[in-house]
Amino acid sequence: MQHIEAIRQQILDAARLQRPLRIRGGGSKDWYGGALAGDILDTRQLTGIIDYEPTELVITARSGTPLAEIEAALAEKNQMLAFEPPHFGQGATLGGVIGAGLAGPRRAASGGVRDFVLGAVLMDGRGEVLSFGGQVMKNVAGYDVTRLLTGAMGSLGVTLQHSVKVLPRPVCEVTVRCAMSEIETIAKLNQWGGQPLPLSASCWHEGSLTLRLSGAGAAVDAALRVFGGDLLDAPAADAFWAALREQQHDFFTRPGHLWRLSVPSVTGALILDGEQLIEWGGAQRWLKVAGPVDAARASAIRATVKAAGGHATLFRKADGEGLDVAVFEPLAPAIARIHDRLKQAFDPATIFNPGRLF
Amino acid sequence: MSASIAPDPVRRQQVAAALRAALPERVVLSDPEDTRPYECDGLAAYRQLPMVVCLPESEQQILAILTICRELQVPIVPRGAGTGLSGGALPIHDGVVISTARLNRIVRMEPHSRTAVVQPGVRNLAISEAAAIHGLYYAPDPSSQIACTIGGNVAENSGGVHCLKYGLTVHNVLRVRVATIEGEIIELGSEALDAPGLDLLAVFIGSEGMLGIVTEVTVKLVPKPAAARVIMASFGDVVTGGNAVASVIAAGIIPAGLEMMDRTSVRMVEPFVKAGYDIDAAAILLCEADGTVHEVEEEIARMTQVLESAGASAIAVSQSDAERMRFWSGRKNAFPAAGRISPDYYCMDGTIPRKRLAEVLTGIELMETEYGLRCANVFHAGDGNLHPLIMFDANQPGEFERAEAFGAAILALCVEVGGAITGEHGVGKEKIDSMCVQFTRAELDAFFAVKRAFDVPFLLNPDKAIPTLNRCAEFGKMKVSGGVLPFAGLPRF
Repeated sequence: MQHIEAIRQQILDAARLQRPLRIRGGGSKDWYGGALAGDILDTRQLTGIIDYEPTELVITARSGTPLAEIEAALAEKNQMLAFEPPHFGQGATLGGVIGAGLAGPRRAASGGVRDFVLGAVLMDGRGEVLSFGGQVMKNVAGYDVTRLLTGAMGSLGVTLQHSVKVLPRPVCEVTVRCAMSEIETIAKLNQWGGQPLPLSASCWHEGSLTLRLSGAGAAVDAALRVFGGDLLDAPAADAFWAALREQQHDFFTRPGHLWRLSVPSVTGALILDGEQLIEWGGAQRWLKVAGPVDAARASAIRATVKAAGGHATLFRKADGEGLDVAVFEPLAPAIARIHDRLKQAFDPATIFNPGRLF
Repeated sequence: MSASIAPDPVRRQQVAAALRAALPERVVLSDPEDTRPYECDGLAAYRQLPMVVCLPESEQQILAILTICRELQVPIVPRGAGTGLSGGALPIHDGVVISTARLNRIVRMEPHSRTAVVQPGVRNLAISEAAAIHGLYYAPDPSSQIACTIGGNVAENSGGVHCLKYGLTVHNVLRVRVATIEGEIIELGSEALDAPGLDLLAVFIGSEGMLGIVTEVTVKLVPKPAAARVIMASFGDVVTGGNAVASVIAAGIIPAGLEMMDRTSVRMVEPFVKAGYDIDAAAILLCEADGTVHEVEEEIARMTQVLESAGASAIAVSQSDAERMRFWSGRKNAFPAAGRISPDYYCMDGTIPRKRLAEVLTGIELMETEYGLRCANVFHAGDGNLHPLIMFDANQPGEFERAEAFGAAILALCVEVGGAITGEHGVGKEKIDSMCVQFTRAELDAFFAVKRAFDVPFLLNPDKAIPTLNRCAEFGKMKVSGGVLPFAGLPRF
C-alpha cells in the first residue's frame, strides 16, 4: 500500500512541477523505443503474485514482479505465457512485458501479448487508481482499456498489476530443420498456415528453415511426416528458440542497426539492403543494416515495407550510434489526433514517458 | 417497458431533407411505416421509433451521412442485423439509424494469407460458408451467427461456443476501416500482425457503435478441423459438474467447446429436441474436441478419463457427425425452447470465475423464490460466461419489472464474486445501470474520455453503455446492501 502511496506522491509532484517521469521496472527494455527522459519512477517495489489459479487459466501479479518468477510459478503447474515474451535482460518485470508488448517465437501461432491480457490496474496522471477488465476472458463491459495499455510503453500511466491468461504447456514439442530458399520458405509457411498443422514457431535465416511443432503427440508425429528435415535434440532445440527469442542468435549479435518489419505473412521477399531473418510464418522480418542510417535511408526502408502493407520499427540501434531517425512508424494524422486525446485523458500533464512511444 | 417518444415532425423533416439532398432517395427512410421495423433489436422489450433510417450502399454515403449529422448535431445509432441482446441498436427519438444491411459484399477472399475482407453487413456464417471451399472458416460462432453481421460482432466483441479455444472477435480480426464522426476514414490494425502506436483496434472492438462506423473488416480465417466429436456427461449435482470443468482445464486440455446446462434448462429443451439428455441430472456438460482424427481420438480419451474421475454419472461420446449435432442441439436451442414453455424470457449474460459457479447457481435458485420466476441456466463453462434465462409473462402485471430486477440482481452477484456484468452481449441500453455497480466514477469518466478521443461531439450511440454521474446517482438511491435490488416497481430510465 505504502509503495502505491509513494508512487502517487511522485506522480502528483511531477504533474505539479511539470517534470517528466520515466516508468521503469528492471530496465531490460531501456534501449527500446524513443529517447528516455525524466526522473525514474521505479516499479520494482510493486512485486508479488497476488493470485494464480491454474484451473481458471489466469495469473494476477503486481507490475514489478520479475518475469522469471512468474514463469517459474507457471512452469511448476505445467502452464505458460503463450506469447513467449523475451526478457532482454535480467530483472524484466510483468509490467514491462505488457507495456512493451513484445512477443516471442510462438506469437503467430498463439497470439500476441494483448490477446492474453485480461485486466489491468492503472494509476493515471492524477494519481487516480483505475481498474479495467478483470480476471475473466469474456468481459465486454466498457471499452477495452486493458488492451489499450498493452504495448503503450507507459504512455498512459503506471500499471500496478495485471491479470493474464495462461495456457497449458504443449504435451509434445519437437524442432526440425531443413535447407530452403527465402522464396520457397515464404510460400511454404503460408501454405502450411492454411492447414491444421501444429506449427508453433518458425525461423528462416541464410537458407535454413527451423520449425517447432507443438501439440498432441499424434498431431506432432503426423506433422513430422509432412515437414521432413532433421530433428534437433531437445537441448539444442530449446537453446535455439531461447537464443532467437532473446536475440542472442548470431544474426542479432552481429554489428549493425536492427529493424523490425511487421508485414502480412504472404509478403514476397523484401528487396532491402541488409541481412534478413524471418519469423512468425513470414509476418515478422528482421533487417540488419550495416553502416550509417540517415533519414533518407530510413524512409526508403519504410516505403518498401509500407508498400507491402506493413510498418517498420528501428528496433535496436548499433552501439554508440546516434541517429536522427524516428524509431516507430509515423502515425497517420487522424490516428495521431486520437493518440493525443487519449494522452490528454490519462496523462493531462504529459509526464509519463513522453516520446517513448509517441 | 420503456416508453417510445414520438419524433418531432419538424426536426425529422429538416434532417430528412438534408440527407435526401445528398443521397439517393432509396437510402433515406422517414415515414413511420418504413422506419417502424428498426424500432428495436433483439431486446424487444425496449422500443423507440427512429426519426430517420439510412441504408447506405457505400463508404462515401456513410461519410456523407456522418457529415450531415455532425453539422446538424443529430445523434446516430449504427445497426447491423438487429440481433443484439442488450439494446445496443435501440434508436434515439431524435436520431438517425444507420443500417449496414446494404453493405453485404464479401470484397475479397484470400485463402493464401488466410484472410477475408468483408463489408460490415456480411453475416457471420456467410463468411465461413464462402471460406469453406478453401478448407477455412471464421471461428467466432455466436448463436445468432446465421443472421448477425460481422460489423455487429466487432461492435460487441462477440464470442460463441468455440471461443475458449479459438478466441473472441478481437482475436480474429486484423483490421477495421472506420468512418469517424469527423467525416474521415481511419484504418485500425493492419494486415500485418500489429500496427504502430497504441492498440486502437482492440479499443474499437467491443465499443458498441460508440466510436465510429465500420465500413470494412479484415478477418482472420482458420483451417477447418478434419474431425470433431463431443462428449455428453451427466452430473448428480452442480458442484461436481463445476469441479469437473476445473479438472478438464487442470489436465491441460483446452476443449474446442465446453458447455454446461442445469436441470431446469435440460428439462426445458429435451422434449423439444430429443437429444437424449438425462432429465434427472443436476447438470450436463458438453465437451468437444476438434482437430485431426488422431488428435480427436487422443483428446476424447483424455477428457473421458478426466470426467469419469471427476464423478460423472454417465458419459456418452458422439459416434457420428449427426450424433454430434444432436448432442449440441439442446444447447443451441435453449433460447427457442424457453420460448416454448414461457410467453417471454429474458436472457442474461454475465461472466464469473469458474470456481464460483456452484455458488452463483445456488444464489440464482434463491432468487427464483424471491422474485417468483423460473430461471434456466446455460453456461459457457470453458470461460465462465453464464446465460441465465429468466422466464416470465409480460401480460402479467409486474412480471417484466420483476424479471428485470431479478436480472440486475444476478449481475450484481456476478460482480460480487469477481466477474463481469457482460461476457459477450454488451452493455447497450440494458445494463447501463449495472455499469454503476461494476465501475467507479473515475473509471466511468475514463471511459467517457476514451469516447471523446474518437467522438468529440458525442453523437455516436451516445446513450449507450457508459452511464453519466446523474444516472448512477439515481440508480444508487435504489440499491440496498448486498447488491440485491428491491423487489418490483422499479422505475426504469
